[in-house]
Amino acid sequence: MEYNSDLTWMLGGPQGGGINTAAEAFAKALTRGGYRIHMNIEYHSNIMGEHSYYTVRISDQDKGNLSEKVHVLVSLDEETLLGNHHNEWPSHHGHLHKMVAEGVVIYDGALKMDLSGQRQDINYIPVPFDDLLRKVLTEAERGNEFNALRVMTNSVAGGASAAALGVDLVLYQQSFRGGTGRRAALAELNAAAAAAGYNFVMDALGGRQHFRLVQATPPAQAPLLMRGVQAVALAKLKAGLQFQTYYPISPATDENVYLEANQRTQDLTVVQVEDEISAINMAVGAAHAGVRSSTSTSGPGLSLMCEGFGFASITESAGPVVYLWQRGGPSTGLPTRSEQADLLFALQPGHGDFAHMVVAPGDIPQTVEDSYEAFNWADRYQLPVIVMVDKRLQSSHFTVDDLGLDRLPPIDRGPRFSPNGDYLRYKFTDSGVSPRAVPGQEGGIFWVTTDEHDERGHITESSDNRVKMMNKRMGKLDLAAREIPSSRKIAFHGPQDADVTIVGWGSTRGSILDAMSLLREREGITANFVQVRLLRPFPVEEVSEILKRAKRTLLVEENYQGQLGDVIAAKTGFTVGQRLVKFDGRPFSEEELQEALLTAIREGQPRVAVTHLLP
Amino acid sequence: MVVQTFTAKDYKTSVHNTWCPGCGDFAILNSVQNALVELQVPPHMVAVVSGIGCSGKSPHYINAYGFHTLHGRALPSATGVKLANPKLTVVAVGGDGDGFGIGAGYFINTGRRNVDMTYLVFDNQVYGLTKGQASPTMNKGDKAKGMAEAAVQDSVNPLALAISAGYTFVARGYALQPRSLAQIIAEAIRHRGTSFVDIMQTCPVYNDLHDKDWYGEKLDGRPRLYQLDDTDFDPVVHDPRDPEEIIAKKVQAIAKSYEWGARIPTGILYKLETSTYEDSMAAGRPRGMESVLDPNLTDRDLTRLIDALR
Repeated sequence: MEYNSDLTWMLGGPQGGGINTAAEAFAKALTRGGYRIHMNIEYHSNIMGEHSYYTVRISDQDKGNLSEKVHVLVSLDEETLLGNHHNEWPSHHGHLHKMVAEGVVIYDGALKMDLSGQRQDINYIPVPFDDLLRKVLTEAERGNEFNALRVMTNSVAGGASAAALGVDLVLYQQSFRGGTGRRAALAELNAAAAAAGYNFVMDALGGRQHFRLVQATPPAQAPLLMRGVQAVALAKLKAGLQFQTYYPISPATDENVYLEANQRTQDLTVVQVEDEISAINMAVGAAHAGVRSSTSTSGPGLSLMCEGFGFASITESAGPVVYLWQRGGPSTGLPTRSEQADLLFALQPGHGDFAHMVVAPGDIPQTVEDSYEAFNWADRYQLPVIVMVDKRLQSSHFTVDDLGLDRLPPIDRGPRFSPNGDYLRYKFTDSGVSPRAVPGQEGGIFWVTTDEHDERGHITESSDNRVKMMNKRMGKLDLAAREIPSSRKIAFHGPQDADVTIVGWGSTRGSILDAMSLLREREGITANFVQVRLLRPFPVEEVSEILKRAKRTLLVEENYQGQLGDVIAAKTGFTVGQRLVKFDGRPFSEEELQEALLTAIREGQPRVAVTHLLP
Repeated sequence: MVVQTFTAKDYKTSVHNTWCPGCGDFAILNSVQNALVELQVPPHMVAVVSGIGCSGKSPHYINAYGFHTLHGRALPSATGVKLANPKLTVVAVGGDGDGFGIGAGYFINTGRRNVDMTYLVFDNQVYGLTKGQASPTMNKGDKAKGMAEAAVQDSVNPLALAISAGYTFVARGYALQPRSLAQIIAEAIRHRGTSFVDIMQTCPVYNDLHDKDWYGEKLDGRPRLYQLDDTDFDPVVHDPRDPEEIIAKKVQAIAKSYEWGARIPTGILYKLETSTYEDSMAAGRPRGMESVLDPNLTDRDLTRLIDALR
């Protein structure tokens, strides 16, 4: 029997029903055992009861994308299998259609499901999760604690999954051991629960065990299994963030709450405010007062922050760094789904001509680098910075060996005031950046105003001063463009000379990189990829140079318009040949992107729109 | 005689003042500066934060770190400045439209936090800079001369609102009684917590209903304005751990705040000494709020957080 090096495990159930804990515990066990995990959860804007599911890709190497081919499906409710056809507009059709032939469906035996009309080329195994756990507890003479320990049915499900995936039971059981406190006390019970699930499924499969995950060696130190949320938060802490404001909003809340939970041990101040207007104004006030400050939100919150960007920019505050966790728009849109449709807005988040910067990392290492460096830019150029992330990065777990925190550049707080005579906060300088004082410094008194102002910071409507001040502020963007190395502005992958040049930005990075390999291996098509990372100031030269020499250009974006295509056209005059877009609120799957790329390449349409829905 | 290091001129700037002749703002500005003299806070330890409108220009006329921010947003900005550097004396100033119209949400939520700072509202019942429209403190049915018709919307009572919102120091002053106003402002700044002073201000150009003659009027031989200090009114909560006393003092203050007409009280309506937002933030922090401006924060040890992800 052959080993499998790439399996997809899916776990679905009602929101609030414990699938997060179950999926994350199982995934963590596998990363500790030496496997590489990439997984994502899809969920509704709902507290309890609606269908949510994890897609977990298990491999011996890193994957940047999820597959729609499911090998093992664990279902804690009927909807996971059959969809929500009780709704007039079903949001999904269940996940049975995604199963590979001979795939294994494990479902709660307590659910009396009629599956007779369903696919017959897959294995259905009803597992009595509760009964198996009850038996384990009774044997341990703890049967009376069933209700308190019922969460351990997750371990039964994990063991059952291990059997179906061909994962070593001992490797899975090992993950329960080595903890402390309550976790250690329950380790052996969890291990027994896992064995019960494992043995049940092995018996049910008989000799028909179809999958066997390639064997892995547990690393000396387990890798990190983490989301963009922690990447952002840890980079912020490393950068010396001292002040964070937020108004609760999906999908930004996780990052804010993570920082809030750690504020007292990390000497950080996190303020939950009354709205995003307050959030940005408070953060601007703190930045002027000398601390590194930040606020995190999504599209609806950024809409409220517009006047705050003008405030920060005209007063040349050193920050804040604003994190834009994009979700499906417009308006309330798809609050818990992913989209990249805020690019044009982020490039001009307010009225008037003003200077700010925008950067969009595409994976965990880039998220760490850009999140950290954004604070240096805010200080060095004295302007607000937007870091664009999205729901996919928020809810996806990646396996990471090293965050690279030790390789980050030093903290740079930009030109600072030194007391020597008459101080002018907005002094005209060659660079356009004026040394800044902070309140409390003797001799550094300054005034900031949202009106146009003179070098001291007092209001003036003089036209001469206006021209000089506009040139000073806007010129800082040219300075940033000159100083920031090309390697931070764009990422380029693949051969210089390729059949097709793919253009993208943000979290589609991993999907596109995977797709390039598949195009080459399966179709013999060579592709290269330019990821635009710094979006303002726009890397005109770098992008133009690549696009000009490209044989064929193809834009990949998760929005309706192909917004980056419009930006490239406006900034470089170059029209990207084809636009491949997806705007259904779900990230590209491997199969979707592959099929769409092939369609675009073979048929040559100017626009290909992709949807995850079945025809 | 006490030697004063800082005199009124240390808090003044030479910036050309664009307020109208006779504007009540001049008197308020002087009172703020005199309060700072009384407190002897070094100018570089003071931050004055304003919104937009006539009052919004105040920071430019005060020699202190000045923040002339956005319409209605002075309080969030001031909160940010204060929490970033709790050693600063932070005074937010604004108009009635700024504070109770476009900034109403921030006025309420700032009261909930009790950050140690002061909010002064220059309350003249009109939007002066846009030429005399009714503000949220103009009474329904009143018509000042810049208004197209009498006010259709009713007024808000800022003092009662402040007390409900949780401000721990609430007072009313009058611009043209500079000596007592300076005292009230000094008390407000000295108060540990968020203090709010609603300052009745004359707008000689647009408010012809409540001008200095109206405020200065005597009715039945008694001046319209009187000071609570001269009565047996006690605004102070003496036992901050007694919720019943807090409620009783709030109810008393709210009742007092509705006295508006033949008699108008000035002075402190309510005062409660309780823990501030900064106190709550410091609790559990190894170095308290002192650490906030500490550059060594960049050396944070993240090992525990990183290992939790393995």
